[in-house]
Amino acid sequence: MTRLLAAPEAELVFAALLLTLLAGLVLALLAARSVLTCILLMSVFSLTMALWLMVMDAPDVAFTEASVGAGVSTMILLGAALSSTDVIPSVRPGRFWFPAVACLAAFIGMALALSDLPVFGDPGSPPSSYVGRLYLEHTPHDIGAPNVVTAVLASYRGFDTLGETSVILAAGVGVLLLLGGSLNSRDPVSEDVSLRISAGSPVLSVAARLLIPIICLYAFYVLAHGEFGAGGGFQAGVILAAALILHALVFGVRETMRALPVGVVRSCAALGVLGYASIGFIAILHGGRFLDYDALLSPVFEAGLPSSHLAGGHHHWGQRLGILGIETGVMLAVASTMTAIFYAFAGRVSRSDEAGAA
Amino acid sequence: MTLALALTPYVYGLGFFMMAAGLLIALTSRHLIKRLIGLGVFQTSAGVFYILLSKVSGGTAAIRLEADSPAARSLASRLDAAYIATHGVDGVVYSNPLPHVLILTAIVVGAATLAVGLSIIVRIRETYGTVDFEELAALEAKALRDGREDEA
Repeated sequence: MTRLLAAPEAELVFAALLLTLLAGLVLALLAARSVLTCILLMSVFSLTMALWLMVMDAPDVAFTEASVGAGVSTMILLGAALSSTDVIPSVRPGRFWFPAVACLAAFIGMALALSDLPVFGDPGSPPSSYVGRLYLEHTPHDIGAPNVVTAVLASYRGFDTLGETSVILAAGVGVLLLLGGSLNSRDPVSEDVSLRISAGSPVLSVAARLLIPIICLYAFYVLAHGEFGAGGGFQAGVILAAALILHALVFGVRETMRALPVGVVRSCAALGVLGYASIGFIAILHGGRFLDYDALLSPVFEAGLPSSHLAGGHHHWGQRLGILGIETGVMLAVASTMTAIFYAFAGRVSRSDEAGAA
Repeated sequence: MTLALALTPYVYGLGFFMMAAGLLIALTSRHLIKRLIGLGVFQTSAGVFYILLSKVSGGTAAIRLEADSPAARSLASRLDAAYIATHGVDGVVYSNPLPHVLILTAIVVGAATLAVGLSIIVRIRETYGTVDFEELAALEAKALRDGREDEA
């Protein structure tokens, strides 16, 4: 025994330590007295969460948490918090005790269920034994893609993901209904001072010019590589939106709106979901079931294509095509919705500044 | 295994604590944006619980490796053969991918719904000039009183 701990155990201890750090961040959040502090703590919480997820063997989730939680969510929160008061007044004790007791009761209730939960890391636990294992065993044969998470997300449970993409679109529509925001990009969105990091700084603009194309390229890599490694449409969409938001922060929202008009962004959000659903209908037209990618290509055509090495001679070109197609739809919908939401908040901020100045 | 047994109540307990603390922030904070952040912590902690259930000791990310590839062999060298034979798939032990799928989409949907909540807050601020919960409650009570006086 040369090592202090065997590798699997060290992994669990490291995960527990990171979880302690996360709980500490939540404590700090509980005590924070300023909105800006809260938002930054939330961002740090998300990044630490991404690290913890990596230790917990969930790279796809870590990827999403890092790009959504630490990136886009923080930006939207900052955009909404900019023109409100920063100081959080303390709660009156009369309004604190009842919720505190309720939360304590909830904690105790959950803790009572502890004895029924599987041991941390138990390979034979009910959640890990049946369905999860089945997907792990059958994915290479059914889908022909190594990444089981992408296979389940895009193919096995493709109908579910269609619903989730629609929820994102619906949330975007909800934001637009609440905040209005004009369709016409030539409308007076004033020169927004508040949402620009530093107007006209040469260092920022040169760095952004270099970074934005690389971020976009990376988004497409994440999209196309989702079957083989961590990644997929959701992550790619958020990364693409992050590139656009970076552009807006450095060059101003007006410039971004000129490059990518509001109308185009909104149409793309709807087109993404439409594209996803139409792949399902194409499968029906080819005689399969809704979102049955195996029906996308005819067997005769597929037989002429080279077979994938993982599947032991099986052809999965229909699955490949279907997954890439719906992931592209997801990316389009997520990126456009996030950008439209950012546009709506940025437009609000500049308009309320104008009102304040007048 | 004894170490994992000792860690079990600790990790689940921390997850439950984060969930309760997020709920407490969402219920008691006076600033509406902090309430939404608390809701976000609550939501993420629910994800933590799912991911805790998905971890398999000695497992790796659910990206299938080819049997007997160098990566698969180097992973296998850390575990004993009997363990891999019982719990592995084609010679490699993987963590459960199913909770990952659920939480992945939940995170993105969570960000979108957070935006909806924030836009409601922006509208509240524009209409009432404050996002302080106490002040809003006072305004509401006053409006109710005024309405009653008008009726009388």
